[in-house]
Amino acid sequence: MESDELFINMGPVHPSTHGVARFKLRMDGENIKECTPVIGYLHRGTEKIGEMKTYLQFIPYTDRLDYISAFPNNYAFVKAVEELAGIEVPLRAEYIRVLTMELNRIINHIVSIGSLLMDLGAATMIMWGFRERENALQLFEMLCGARMTFNYIKPGGVREDIPDGFMPKLNEFLKDMEKRIDDYEQLINGNEIFHMRMKNIGVINAKDAVNYGWTGPTLRGSGVDYDLRKYEPYSIYPDLDFKVCVRNEGDSYARFIVRMDEMKESLHILRQVVDNMPASKEISSAEYGIAPMTGTPTGVSTYFPRIFTPPAGEVYSRIEAPKGELGFYVVSDGTTKPYRVKIRSPSFCNLTAIPSLVKGLKIGDLIAAFGTIDVVLGDVDR
Amino acid sequence: MWTGDIMTEIPNGYELIVFILKFIGIYEPINNVFESFGLEYLLRIIIVVVEIGVLFVFILLTVMFLTWMERKVVAMVQARYGPMVTGPRGLLQPVMDGVKLIGKEDIIPAKADRWVFTLAPFLIFIPALLVFIPLPFGPSLIISDLNVGLLYIIAISAISPIAILMAGWASNNKYSLMGAIRAVAQDISYTIPLALSAIAIVLLTGSLSTVEIVTAQSGTWFGFIPKWFIFLQPLGFILFLIASIAEMGRIPFDFQESESELVAGFFTEYSGMKFAMFFLAEYAHLFSVSAIVVTLFLGGWSVPFINFLPAGLAVLVPIISLGAFLIKTYAIIFFAMWLRDTVPRMRIDQLLNLGWKIMIPLALLNLLATAILLTAGVFK
Repeated sequence: MESDELFINMGPVHPSTHGVARFKLRMDGENIKECTPVIGYLHRGTEKIGEMKTYLQFIPYTDRLDYISAFPNNYAFVKAVEELAGIEVPLRAEYIRVLTMELNRIINHIVSIGSLLMDLGAATMIMWGFRERENALQLFEMLCGARMTFNYIKPGGVREDIPDGFMPKLNEFLKDMEKRIDDYEQLINGNEIFHMRMKNIGVINAKDAVNYGWTGPTLRGSGVDYDLRKYEPYSIYPDLDFKVCVRNEGDSYARFIVRMDEMKESLHILRQVVDNMPASKEISSAEYGIAPMTGTPTGVSTYFPRIFTPPAGEVYSRIEAPKGELGFYVVSDGTTKPYRVKIRSPSFCNLTAIPSLVKGLKIGDLIAAFGTIDVVLGDVDR
Repeated sequence: MWTGDIMTEIPNGYELIVFILKFIGIYEPINNVFESFGLEYLLRIIIVVVEIGVLFVFILLTVMFLTWMERKVVAMVQARYGPMVTGPRGLLQPVMDGVKLIGKEDIIPAKADRWVFTLAPFLIFIPALLVFIPLPFGPSLIISDLNVGLLYIIAISAISPIAILMAGWASNNKYSLMGAIRAVAQDISYTIPLALSAIAIVLLTGSLSTVEIVTAQSGTWFGFIPKWFIFLQPLGFILFLIASIAEMGRIPFDFQESESELVAGFFTEYSGMKFAMFFLAEYAHLFSVSAIVVTLFLGGWSVPFINFLPAGLAVLVPIISLGAFLIKTYAIIFFAMWLRDTVPRMRIDQLLNLGWKIMIPLALLNLLATAILLTAGVFK
């Protein structure tokens, strides 16, 4: 039955568009005939800023891309700079970096699952999740003084060493988190209504997902075994034992389950990192005048030279951020500032599939599907 | 079984007030004064107004308490404190909310239908109070024992979708309109199983009067199972409970609002006191629907083992009955709040499927089974 078309402007101010996403919806009653995402409400010109700041000055700007998980952003840019300049990083610094990134992956997935459930009307998960997230944020605060925008990972190493009392608290968090993930599963996984809302909704097959440029947990939910930590290993990931979580269904539920499983894998990784953390206090490389500094409050800190000039050249460096493949293409002309910084952000590529994902579904399914592809608008608009 | 002499003597709240006045010994003098002016009807009107006033004040206080309770229950589930600052453990929070909402600007959107927009909150609020009239809170604690009480309740509840549709249409907002349409579709599909499972109760009691339904549930089988209709109508109870949660418009059936999809559903455009009236009506609805569930299936105010009470304490029976009624009602309310914290919202088509394809056939089946068993004499 055809009825009059209803045009709805969903967003940019709307409770469940995760910030400032906007969807132009052509509706037939409750059914979506066409959905057009409109982005750009959070555009800050980060890539252009990259050309006007020195390499070190640009690191804080990367924090603000995907503000839910800032450590991987830091790392992705720093990794590009290190590849450009050929800096060797001490092992302890790499361990600390992986530690922060995996912790960040856990809280990213907590926020993702929590806000998905809140959009579906069950607000309990986000409150439970934020209780654990708070513990993780306190750990970050101990580490670098900031809770969300860290500016912690620097070329050649990390800014400061792990403070006293951090490791016991981290161990406590890991032990606690294990129980909490079981709690989450009890709360959500067996819920009949949740299954009704998620299964066979927003289905995308592996081929389409790859063609849309999907990466990360969203792609792995469609049965593609693709994880840069495993297949283009960087940092200390080759030494770590973890498995890539893949589900074959390709629906919203599969993407949700992949995130749940990844949290467990991250816990597993973190335990290995804690066990194998090198005892040396070397947290930054000695090249380019980057030198360890002793006598600071945390014991060891790092001195970075103001003038940091990598040789001319270009590099594309990518990592597996919690949301997917985060790539930085950095061109250096041998001066103190990059000639060009291009950011390949996972949220942007994942968002592009929304129109085909929700076509013909109900408005409630748009919320569910949008929640499972886990978009942060700071990452989309850059 | 305690229904006692006092029950037959005092059928409703009006008579109760007269009884109390007579008991204190001031009814006759007052009546004489009014009669000397030829205004004996005025006294009756005053008593009725007082009676209704007491009920409405009670309902409004309950509603305020419920908003606080909801926040506290949600907070408990979600490992938070909830309101803690205003008053002991935040008990005065509803008062502060009221003050805040009265202080808000009352915005009517430029292209809204002003009259309908203003009328809608009243039209939803007043039926939410009127539905309490044939609800027995205890022996003789009832405004009026209508002989069509149950029919009245269902009929009055059926007004609220009209008010919601008015609000949604008059707001001239697409989200409001969609919320209103959803609410109406939902109300229609859930009033039917609700009424059908209530009819099974009417078959059992042979009366639509709420007082008679409650009286039929007093006493016990074999001395330990209370004669509540939940044991005779387990399927009916489940259907009625699900349908009433849908009627209340709460998660998992809160489609009239569904804030993550439709911003705030039909009251997106409302602010200030008009918004507060929707809010209060929602909680009055929560209380009334829970009270109806208790009246129909959980024995209302009847207390199963009241006959063990020493004879000297029989005076306490009305108070105990009122307490029992409130405890049972709050148990249902707690269930609804607990449900809200645990499950996500369904999708609108899934909700309608559940209503039309599962609940209505089951309710009809339940009705048929009840009728057959009744004819076979099983329930006698």
